[in-house]
Order: sequence, then C-alpha cells, then structure tokens
Amino acid sequence: MGEFTMSVPAKGRFSINRRYLPYLLSLPALLTCIGILIPFFTAVIYSLQRYRLSQPWARKFNWGENYLNFMTDASFWNTLKVSMTYATLTVGIELLLGLGIALLLQRRSTFNNFVSIMLLMPLMTAPALAALMWKLMTNPGFGILSYFATLLGIKDLNWASDPATAMMTVVIVDVWVYTPFIMILLLAGLRSLPKQPFEAAELDGVPRMFVFWKITLPMLTPFLLTATLFRVIESIQQFDIIYAMTQGGPGDTLTVFQVEAYLNFFQSTNVGRSAALMMILWAITYFLSNIFIKNWLRLREKARGEA
Amino acid sequence: MHEKEKNLIKTYVDGGIDRRTLIRGLGVMGVTAATAGVLLNSVATEALAQNGFDWQKHKGTKIKLLLNKHPYADAMIANLENFKKLTGMEVEYDVFPEDVYFDKVTAALSSGSSEYDAFMTGAYMTWTYGPAGWIDDLNEYINDSAKTNPDYNWEDMLEGVRNSCAWNGQPGGELGSADAKQWCIPWGYEQNNLSYNARMFKAGGLTVPTNIDELAATAAQAKTDGLASYGIGVRGSRSWATIHPGFLSGYANFGQKDLNVSADGKLSAAMNTDVSRDFHAKWVGMIQDSGAPDWSTHTWYQVGTDLGAGKSAMIFDADILGYFMNGGDNAEAGNLAYSPFAANPDASAPTPNIWIWSLAMASAGKQKDATWYFLQWASGPEHAVFGATQMDFVNPVRKSVWANTDFRARLEKSYPGYVEMHDVSAPGAKIHFTPQPLFFDLTTEWAATLQKMVANELPVDEGLDQLAQSVDKQLKEAGLG
Repeated sequence: MGEFTMSVPAKGRFSINRRYLPYLLSLPALLTCIGILIPFFTAVIYSLQRYRLSQPWARKFNWGENYLNFMTDASFWNTLKVSMTYATLTVGIELLLGLGIALLLQRRSTFNNFVSIMLLMPLMTAPALAALMWKLMTNPGFGILSYFATLLGIKDLNWASDPATAMMTVVIVDVWVYTPFIMILLLAGLRSLPKQPFEAAELDGVPRMFVFWKITLPMLTPFLLTATLFRVIESIQQFDIIYAMTQGGPGDTLTVFQVEAYLNFFQSTNVGRSAALMMILWAITYFLSNIFIKNWLRLREKARGEA
Repeated sequence: MHEKEKNLIKTYVDGGIDRRTLIRGLGVMGVTAATAGVLLNSVATEALAQNGFDWQKHKGTKIKLLLNKHPYADAMIANLENFKKLTGMEVEYDVFPEDVYFDKVTAALSSGSSEYDAFMTGAYMTWTYGPAGWIDDLNEYINDSAKTNPDYNWEDMLEGVRNSCAWNGQPGGELGSADAKQWCIPWGYEQNNLSYNARMFKAGGLTVPTNIDELAATAAQAKTDGLASYGIGVRGSRSWATIHPGFLSGYANFGQKDLNVSADGKLSAAMNTDVSRDFHAKWVGMIQDSGAPDWSTHTWYQVGTDLGAGKSAMIFDADILGYFMNGGDNAEAGNLAYSPFAANPDASAPTPNIWIWSLAMASAGKQKDATWYFLQWASGPEHAVFGATQMDFVNPVRKSVWANTDFRARLEKSYPGYVEMHDVSAPGAKIHFTPQPLFFDLTTEWAATLQKMVANELPVDEGLDQLAQSVDKQLKEAGLG
C-alpha cells in the first residue's frame, strides 16, 4: 500500500496510512449513526415490552402486543386522525401562503428584500413561546384577537378552549410560525429559475396564468417537494405548540402522536406504549419521506434528461 | 453582634418573657421584623443543638437537593444557613419551575442518577416512585432514635397528612396502614376550600355558599350581576391536576370514590353511580353557566391569578392560592376571605382532598444518613415555625404550628376566616384517591371526559359510562382489575 501524505505548512508533516483514511473520514458519520441507532433500538426493544415504571415487577416482553392493542384502541386511531389532519392542514395552508408571498416578493428590490427578511421573524421565535404568546392574544377575557373577533360580531369565540375551534387555533399558530420557512425556500427557488423561458413567454405575450401553471410551477416543483418534505416531517411530529396551548385537549381534540407519547411516558410512566407510539410515528415519517425523496429524485433525473 | 438582642430572644424562648415584651424590647433596640425572625430562628437552632443529639455527625458531608420553585423552597433556602451551622454539612440545590419540575424528577430518578440526594415531591408521585424502587422508606430513619433527634416529634404531624404519604404498595391498599411505607415526609400542604372576594360579595349582597347548589347559584349571580367576568374558578386543563382539587373534594363529600376495591384486591371503576352522575351534572352545569370561558386550559396558575385580578368572584381550589392572592401587588389583595366548604348539604363537615408538598430520599443517593439529617431538620418543628411565622410556609403540616399563637394571629389579621377554615376542615382532610399505579392515566382521562361534558360533546351519563368502561379495561390490562 502506498502512503498518503498530508503536509502542514511551516509546522512539519504528518502521514496517514491510505488504508485507514476512508475509515477515518467516515468516523464522525459512524459515531453520529451509533448515537442515533442506540436509542432507536432501545426504543424498539421497549416497544416490544409491557413496561411501566410504576409496575417494575410486571415488566416482560409481550412482543407485538402493544402494537396489536392499537388496532382496537379508539384513542390510537383518534391520535392518528388528529396528527394527519393537523399535518395536512398546516402544510397545505403554509404551502399556499408561502408560495403566494414568494411570488409577490420575487422581483429583487430593496423593499422586497427588506420585507422578506422581516417576514422571517416568526421563524426566529421558539414555537413554545409563540404558542404562549398566541394563548394570551386569544384569551377570551383580554386577548387582542378576541377583541377583534368581537368587533367583527363574533362573540364567545373560545379559540383553543373550544373543541370546535381548537384545531383551527393551533393551525393558525403553526402557520404563523412556519409559513416564512416555506416562503424563503420558494423565494430562493423562484429567483434561481432560468430567465430565458420567462423572457420568451413575455415576448410571445403568453398570459401570466398560463406562464404560472405551465412554466413556473413545473420548474418550481423540486423546491415545493423539498419544502413539503421538511414541513410534513416536522408537522406530523408537532409537540410544543399543541402542548403549550392545550396539553392535547379539550377532550381528545388535539392528542397528536408526540403529545400522547409524552404523556404516556412522563405522566403515566407507560414506557412500552409510549415507545410503540414513537415507532409508529417513525414508520409514518419514514414512509412519507421515501415517497417525497423518490419523487424528488425522479424530477431531478427528468430535469437532467431534459437538459 | 446582636448579643443583646439574642439574649432577649433566648429569654423569650425559655419562657422568661411574653411575646409583647419581646417585640417591645426588640423595637427599642431598633431590630426590624425580618432581622428579629432570623435571630429568633438562630436562637431556636442553638437550642436544638443542645438537646444531646449529635447534629455534627456528618460534618463536611455535601448533599444535593432537587427543588421546585415554590414559597416552601424559598422558606427553606432562607433558613439554610442555620442548618449548615448546626450540622457543618454543605447543601447544594437546583431549583426548577413547576412546568418542568416533575419531568426533571422522573428523568433523574429513572436514570438511577445519584446526583440528587433528596427532592420535593407530591404524595401521588410516590405511588410511582415507591414501587419503582426510586425512593426509600423513611420509617427506618424516623423510628431509629440514633438517627433522629429526640425533639423531632413525628406524632406532631397532622394525621391525615402524615398517613397520606404512607402506602404499603398494594394497589388499593389503605393509606397509612400498619404495613405502610413512609415514602415521603409531609412538608407543607393544601386543602381545597372556598376563597372568595369579600368586596364583591358585599357589593352584590351575596352570601357565602355552603353546598354545591348554592355554589352554582352564587357563581351564576356573581356573573349575572357583573361583579366579576365569571363566577367560579376551578381547574380545567387536560390533566390529573384538574381532578384532585375542588372537584374531588366535592365528589368525596358525597361519599363517592374513584375506584372500588374488592375483597381479593381487584380494582374497578366507581364513578358511574347515580350520586356521581348527579354530582358530575351539577359540576359541569356550574362551569358551563359561570366558569371561565377558557376553563379547559385553566391550571392552578390561571385559577389563582384570575381571583387575584378580580376576574373571578371565588374559587373552589387550593386554599393557599387564596392565601397568596391576598397579598403582593394583586389587584384584589386584602379583599379575599375564606370559608370551609362541604359540597353535600347533608355532610357534617368538609372533606377536602389534599395536595402535599413533601420531601423524599432518592434510593440512588450515596449518603443517606446525612440526607436524613437534612430531611428531619427541614420537616422539623423549628423550621416549620420559622417558615410559618416569618415566611410564607403555609399550610404547615404540624399541629404545634397551628396551635402557635403568633402564627394564628398573623393569619387572623390579614386572612379573614383562614384559620377557622383550616380548623373546621382539617379533620376530614386527606387524600381521597385510591392509591394505585395507574393514578395519572385514569385521572387524566377523567379530566378529558369532563372537558367533553363541559363542551357538550358527551352527555354526563354516557361520558361516565364510557369512562368507567375505559378505566376497567386499563385496570384489567395492567393486571389490577
């Protein structure tokens, strides 16, 4: 084997056997991987156990029983439904709003650049703090938004305290926090698109809507997919906004996966059920990520082929 | 320094002069009330050191505490120098806000960490920590005269409170039974009674309610008459903490239980009886008519601050919330009054369910005897008197403190009705839940069911049947039913 030599200016030289270099370079990734895999497999083992911290004597492997119990557990199906509804609503609204704002700010100008930076402010706020802020603003007694609602003739709007409006309230908070994320990604995408197709369309007098549907949107799809992937993964794992505002209530209105798993572990000390819930959430996230990544790769290949 | 003052205080402690003479004497010497408190406790600590018990046995040992941000912890920290002087021990502590406190405790204990030697807890939590083997049975220390100072006076603790911290670990086992383990030492506690805004009551010509029907009617009138934004403050968040204060105190007053315990020790749901249905219907109706509009997000914090801000006319909740809201810079400070409350018109006395801030010893700790020295000092009579008379260590768990004339005079002066409220309801004050490992699961579900009832998503009858069915299923799955 040859010797790989790296020189350090002015200080001398050191050498590393070329055989070990790949291992050395991949060591950080390997260590990170181990750091992730150990807790992951620990959680897998816990999820296959009947394991309550308050009943240590009853701890044993029940293999798939925790998962099988979910099949007949109404609260699990409610959790699945609530999580999916929350993710669909938040990501859908954020995509529409983010795209709209990005289109408005597409043209480079001092004003547009300033506005795009200012719009990032909610993203700088910790979601739990944003939730507490919105909790105050939606307080039926003294909240500013409750006051505005009254001016609009909407009385007795109890926001997150009412099962009928609780989902809407937390979705609004999520949209306020995360729309800037989508906006900034799509704005970067829009500004990086090649100019020629748009100039040609303009010369030909093609209507703007046609340009949007037939040129802008297809070319922007990889960016839309990337933004959607990130937001779906994060949204389906939502915890802080919902827990800070309602702890999953009223009733079971907002018991998403993370809230249910958190309460199962820290309050009920039911480690087995909590871990099984997390495994289901991981499977859903993995499944969705695969779909998005496959489509993203397909589009990239297509774009290369066309180029 | 302060020698003359100390001598005067020592004479008072020895019974040579009365309290009035002491205060007059200290006043002449220019001693402020705060300094007098510290000096008084310093003298009491010196007296403690002279009872023959070797307080210096663990001199040089360092222990670490995990504390919740609370006036009880503040009172202890204010007096901690005296403990260090008495024992020669070092004490470190971490203080966390209550929102994250119990998560921190669970994480520390379940990991087997020996970082903390002792920590604050509630009695309900020990139903998890005890069977899990995370905390020690403190009976072996209390009953060991070589480890416990002769003036500790364990029998001085209020019986209902003391028993509520002792459980034999059997699901459904009676609290305080002969075979019970003392999982924690009561430190300070809360009864659930009425705290009301006397100014509003006077302005509206309202009388203090004496049962659940009157409570609902008075709350409705306070709201209708515009005396407050809403009539009655009670907790409503989706948490076990919604069930344990006013709700369970009223429920227990009708002789109702959370669970039945069969002769063979099996547990089953007991909340779908006719009496329970009636009580639930009244409770739900009261919240719908005159509770906070955002009741389902209310924790103890909102219940307390709304009373202090004059948003609610009264609360059926922890008495110390009413105590704290009657001071500081609260808008209604000085306007609050207190009353014992028996929800059942046929009941002879209130039966408040209680929350007990307690001290427990971590099993993973490495210096348990030294830790016990701290625990017995912090829960001892001297510190209890110091905290109750000089700080806000209310409610004390010792009978001797409740008999202390200085303490009673302090309460009677600024907290009208508080002492009487305590005295009337203390005999029936205890934990009315059935101790068992699924406590937090079942009570959280109970709270969620109440939320559905209040939101008219579920009729009371149907909701209770569903709850009972779910509780029975969970108990069976856990091998308890």
